Amino acid sequence: MSDPITIVVVEEDRERARAIVDALKENGECDVFVIGNVSGLARRIAAHAPDVVLIDIDNPTRDVLEELTLASGPLERPVAMFVSGAASGLARTAVEAGVSAYVVDGLKPERLMPVLNTAIARFQMVRELRTELDETRRALEERKVIDRAKGLLMKARGVGEEEAYGILRKTAMDQGRRVADVAEALVTASGLLS
Amino acid sequence: MKTVTLPVAYMPLVDAAPLIVAREMGFAEAEGLTLDLVAAPSWSSVRDMLAFGRVDAAHLLSPVPIAMALGLGGVATAISAVSVLSVNGNVIGVSRSVEARLRDAGHGFDFADAAKAGSALSSVLKDSLTIGVPFPFSMHVELLNYWFAATDLAAFPVTIRTIPPPLMAEALASGEIDAFCVGEPWGSVSVDRGAGALLLPGKAIWSFAPEKVLAVRTDWAETEPHLLGRLMRAVWKAGRWLGQPESRTTAAELMARPSYLDVSPELIDRALTGQFTVSGTGEQRRLPHFLVFSQGAASFPWRSQAKWIATRLAERNGLDHALALDTASRVFRSDLYRRELADMGADLPSASEKIEGAIRHPTAVASTAGRVILEPDTFCDRRIFDPTEV
Repeated sequence: MSDPITIVVVEEDRERARAIVDALKENGECDVFVIGNVSGLARRIAAHAPDVVLIDIDNPTRDVLEELTLASGPLERPVAMFVSGAASGLARTAVEAGVSAYVVDGLKPERLMPVLNTAIARFQMVRELRTELDETRRALEERKVIDRAKGLLMKARGVGEEEAYGILRKTAMDQGRRVADVAEALVTASGLLS
Repeated sequence: MKTVTLPVAYMPLVDAAPLIVAREMGFAEAEGLTLDLVAAPSWSSVRDMLAFGRVDAAHLLSPVPIAMALGLGGVATAISAVSVLSVNGNVIGVSRSVEARLRDAGHGFDFADAAKAGSALSSVLKDSLTIGVPFPFSMHVELLNYWFAATDLAAFPVTIRTIPPPLMAEALASGEIDAFCVGEPWGSVSVDRGAGALLLPGKAIWSFAPEKVLAVRTDWAETEPHLLGRLMRAVWKAGRWLGQPESRTTAAELMARPSYLDVSPELIDRALTGQFTVSGTGEQRRLPHFLVFSQGAASFPWRSQAKWIATRLAERNGLDHALALDTASRVFRSDLYRRELADMGADLPSASEKIEGAIRHPTAVASTAGRVILEPDTFCDRRIFDPTEV
C-alpha cells in the first residue's frame, strides 16, 4: 500500500471546507489540510508538500498558487493544473464545477482520478447551494421592493393592495419588463420626487 | 447583420477600457457583436476560461500567452495575441515606512527617473526587498527584474511575491510587502487608502511596453475568422476613440460603474490623463502617455515585443533561447492584425519587428499607408534589444 495522498484545500469558509474534507476522506485514504485565505499562502502550502491542491475558481487568491507552477517556485516538485492528454475533458468539467486542481508532476492517474472526481462533485454541490442562496436572497429583495411600490401606489391612487399589484403587473406586461423592474423604477422615481 | 453574442473575459482594470468601450459605445454593435463581458476574480481564471472555452476572447497579460506557448505555468492551450490592448499603465509604489526613509534620504518622488529611484531605494533598504505583483507571468515581473538589474538594486536580495491587486494596499500596510508593481486603479487606490506612495510609472523602465493583449484560442481564430475580424475591428475602434483626449471623461464614467471597476471615476481619470496624486500629502505628478491605447501604432502586436518577453522568460527558466524566440514570435499575430485591420485605416508598419529600445524620439517609419509615427520605446539603461541577434 502506497502512502496516502496529501491534499491541501484552500477555503476560507469553514463549513464549506469541512464538507469538502469529509467527502475526500470518505472516498479514500488521504491526508487533507485546510488553509484559509492568509498571507504567505504559497509558502504555507509548500510546507505541507501536497500532491494535490484544490481551490475554488472564484477565489481571487488563486493567482498566488500560480507561483507553485514555476520551476523556481516554493515547491521542489513542479505542479501543473490537471489538463494533460485524455483528461482535458475532465479539466473543463472541473472549471465548470468551480474547482481548480493543482497536481504534482508524476502522480499516477489511478490515484488522482478518485480525488478529482470527488472534488468536482463536491464543489459542484457547494456551488449549486450558493447559487440557490443568492437567488433566494434576490427574490427576497425583489419582494421587498414590490411591496414598497405597492404601498406607494395604494397611497397615491387610493387603491387596495390587489389593485396596486394589478397596476404593476399590467405596466410590466405592456412594457415587456419584469414586475420587479417596474417596481424598482417606481420606488426610485418616487424617491427623487419626494 | 445578425448580432452574435461573444463571451469575453477581463480583469476589472483601467486597461480593460477598449473592451468596455467597445461594448458601451456601440463599436461592437456596429460590427454585429454583443460582447458578453465576464469579470474574472483572478488572472488564472481569465486564462482558464479562455483555454477551456468558457469565453472566446480575453483581456490578458502580454507574457501569459507566451509563457503558455513555452510550456510554463499550468495550461498549454495554444493562444494567439491578435492585438495589443494597451501599452504601459503600471505603477511601482512603496509602503509608508519605505516612503518615510526615502524622504529622509532626500528622494523627491519625481515619478520619472528609474535609476535615481533605484539607487535611492537601495540606499534605504535594510537587508532585503519584498515586492508584490499581480501574477508570476506579467509585464510587472519583467519590468521589475529589468529595473533591478539595471540599477543599484542589483546587489539586493529581492523577493517577488504574487498578491491579488485588491489585497495589495492591505499587504503594504501590514508590512507583508515593502513595495508593489500593479496596474491602475490599484496604485492610486493604495495612495488614497494611505497605504503608500507611488515611486515610478512602469514606463520609466520601458517607455513602450506591451501591457495587455487581446487573446483568443488559436484554433478559434482559424475556425471563426469572421467573428475574429469583427471583434478586432470593434476593439480597434474603441482604442482609437480612447486615444482622443475628449473621450476621457466619458470613459472614466463608464468604467466606474459598479458592473465594471466599481471605483470612483476620479481614480480612473488619473490613469487616463496621466495626472497622478503620488502620496498621502497630495503631491501631483504629470505623466503624458502613462497608458496608451492607440497612439504610435500601440495596438500593433510587434513580434519583437514577443521575442523580448520570451528572452526574459527563457533566461529565468533555463529554456533554449532560439526555440523560445521562434515559438513566441508566432504568438503575437501581426499577420492577423494586418489581415483584419488593413481596410480600417489602422497604422500598419511595413515591418513586423523592430529593434526594441532604439527609438529615442517620435519617429516616422514606413507603413502601408505611407508613414506612421512611432513613439519612443527606450529602456531605462538605454540598451537595445535586437530580435535578430539573439
